[in-house]
Amino acid sequence: MEEEKEVMEEREVKERVVEIEHPLPCLTESDTQGIIKGRDLFGYVGIEAVLDQMRRKTMKAGFEFNIMVVGQSGLGKSTLVNTLFKSKVSRKSCTPNYEEKISKTVQLQSVSHIIEEKGVKMKLTVVDTPGFGDQINNENCWEPIVKYVNEQYEKYLKEELNVNRKRRIPDTRVHCCVYFLPATGHWLRPIDVEFMRRLGKIVSIVPVIAKADTLTLEERLEFKQRIRQDLQANGIRVYPQNEYDEDTEDRILNDKIRENIPFAVVGTDKEHQVNGNKVLGRKTKWGIIEVENVAHCEFAHLRDLLIRSHLQDLKDVTHNIHYETYRVKRLNESNANGQALSPLNRENGTLEKSDAESHL
Amino acid sequence: MSQAEKLKQGQFTNPETPGYVGFANLPNQVHRKSVKKGFEFTLMVVGESGLGKSTLINSLFLTDLYPERVIPGAAEKIERTVQIEASTVEIEERGVKLRLTVVDTPGYGDAINSQDCFNTIIAYIDDQFERYLHDESGLNRRHIVDNRVHCCFYFISPLGHGLKPLDVQFMKAIHNKVNVVPVIAKADTLTLRERERLKRRILDEIDEHGIKIYHLPDAESDEDEDFKEQTRILKASIPFAVVGSNQQIEAKGKKVRGRLYPWGVVEVENPEHNDFLKLRTMLITHMQDLQEVTQDLHYENFRSERLKRGGRLSSHGYILPLSPAKGPEPEEMDKDIILQEKEAELRRMQEMIAKMQAQMQKQGDE
Repeated sequence: MEEEKEVMEEREVKERVVEIEHPLPCLTESDTQGIIKGRDLFGYVGIEAVLDQMRRKTMKAGFEFNIMVVGQSGLGKSTLVNTLFKSKVSRKSCTPNYEEKISKTVQLQSVSHIIEEKGVKMKLTVVDTPGFGDQINNENCWEPIVKYVNEQYEKYLKEELNVNRKRRIPDTRVHCCVYFLPATGHWLRPIDVEFMRRLGKIVSIVPVIAKADTLTLEERLEFKQRIRQDLQANGIRVYPQNEYDEDTEDRILNDKIRENIPFAVVGTDKEHQVNGNKVLGRKTKWGIIEVENVAHCEFAHLRDLLIRSHLQDLKDVTHNIHYETYRVKRLNESNANGQALSPLNRENGTLEKSDAESHL
Repeated sequence: MSQAEKLKQGQFTNPETPGYVGFANLPNQVHRKSVKKGFEFTLMVVGESGLGKSTLINSLFLTDLYPERVIPGAAEKIERTVQIEASTVEIEERGVKLRLTVVDTPGYGDAINSQDCFNTIIAYIDDQFERYLHDESGLNRRHIVDNRVHCCFYFISPLGHGLKPLDVQFMKAIHNKVNVVPVIAKADTLTLRERERLKRRILDEIDEHGIKIYHLPDAESDEDEDFKEQTRILKASIPFAVVGSNQQIEAKGKKVRGRLYPWGVVEVENPEHNDFLKLRTMLITHMQDLQEVTQDLHYENFRSERLKRGGRLSSHGYILPLSPAKGPEPEEMDKDIILQEKEAELRRMQEMIAKMQAQMQKQGDE
């Protein structure tokens, strides 16, 4: 008898190792709101294979990511983007005979590249904003940027409302806007407040402290605290916004990030030898600043946030929240006018074809 | 003077050199008098917030000029216009007194629209000149306080690729009124190569826009080699790239003033790290020259412009009355007529002075 029991136990143990378990499930016991757990199924269904399929499809299709960098001239925007994606993707690397001059008006220049890593293709578009904040009179220097962001939303909306729309709508919407703050060590400047207040409503802003190798660690902490206070006092929402945390897991992760923003970064594309390793760094007479060393600067945190952990989230927030807000606003506008969805007021006053009407 | 009289004077003669008069002692007399009187120097610092101006001034003069300082937040900054804050401190070293006035300009370059942010500064400089002119033309000229700005440190951000439009405009507006010394702030954010590139870039842009910065006077040919070499080095390092700090850090076993980073220590007084020592040397060795240039060049420019413009100087300031004192000028007088009158007066003054000189010469010859 005992031997039999033992054998049975052994078999049970073995069976538990198998993915889907027998004995037969009691649906009523584990049935909470219609969720049937894996171990309740009485056979291997293969639902989880969906993940593989998704993976294969997305790998074939590739990802799109649009990042915008905003800040005064000389804050290291192009260098940082190059360092983030470990390739020469900024506008400076792409223009032959590039000369550094302050442009008289705010221009918007976007450069696209397809970078590939381990079979995963990404179409990366970097939108640069030379001329921002460089003039003596910088009033309304954010308007071209606001206009650009809204134009991308409009493009996407038009595609979406089309009768015959493409399978994959080309996504040029800005998924993330990295705003560069000069490392003054004091507070946010008026131009920073104005810009972030306006753009924070329509795009995900990630503020960073640029060229942070001029701040000691205490100065850095104090500066960050003051910035966070300023952001709160002015009602500026930066990414990750706490309303959009979906569950506690997200909240814990995002809280940690929120305690550390803005990240103090240093960027470079030069390598030096440190302790026998080649590291990315800046060499000075008093030491080498290692870019990827978390004791030196927070570049690694920024890279993890933007690329390794929150890239898809940034895209989702842009699509589900910012884009939807824009869409609702536009549709309400046209409803209020009692007309079909008319083109943006700035273009012309004529009505578009009534293609769009059927979709309202 | 006969030899015997000279010998009687005892302490003023050096018996070994016959024909020694003794006026070689004059510099010592001047030295003693000025030590007693003390020196006055007014330094203006201009630059955006957060460039380390206050820290640098404190480091230069090893004092704390701003003990109760509160840095305003962005909300307050939006409301403000450029302020002028002058703080005076008396520093004494080895019996020599220096009355140093530092004029700070908080709010410069902070606003979104910085179009007129330097009007306040220019008005202040002109105001100091005006006051000096008024005092100089006054009756009692014994205790004229010299509050004219002798030197202006203009702080350039190390983050840009050269001068910003605001930098260019400001320097062009004041280069005829004050000695401008451009300084690259927070130089520890630059590698050596970047620093050289930036300096060259700035010098090129200064040339391009015709900005007249303060030039160190060349060393006289009779100075010693060390001084000449020093002057050469100083001249080659303009604009100075500086780092300021008053914190003492332990480095290599000794205490130095510096900034402590996770990757190393930046020493303020190490010439390999930054040009702080050069800036200090320049300021100290050329303090006298800065004052002279302010007096001989900028002040005289201001004065001639001012007098040409005409109008009354003030209620009781008056130029040497050669003609019988005129009554108050009628308001409706044409500006040109006033100008001509003033020119005529100047000419008369010059003739008078020439006559007086001729008279003195005649007396001297007798």
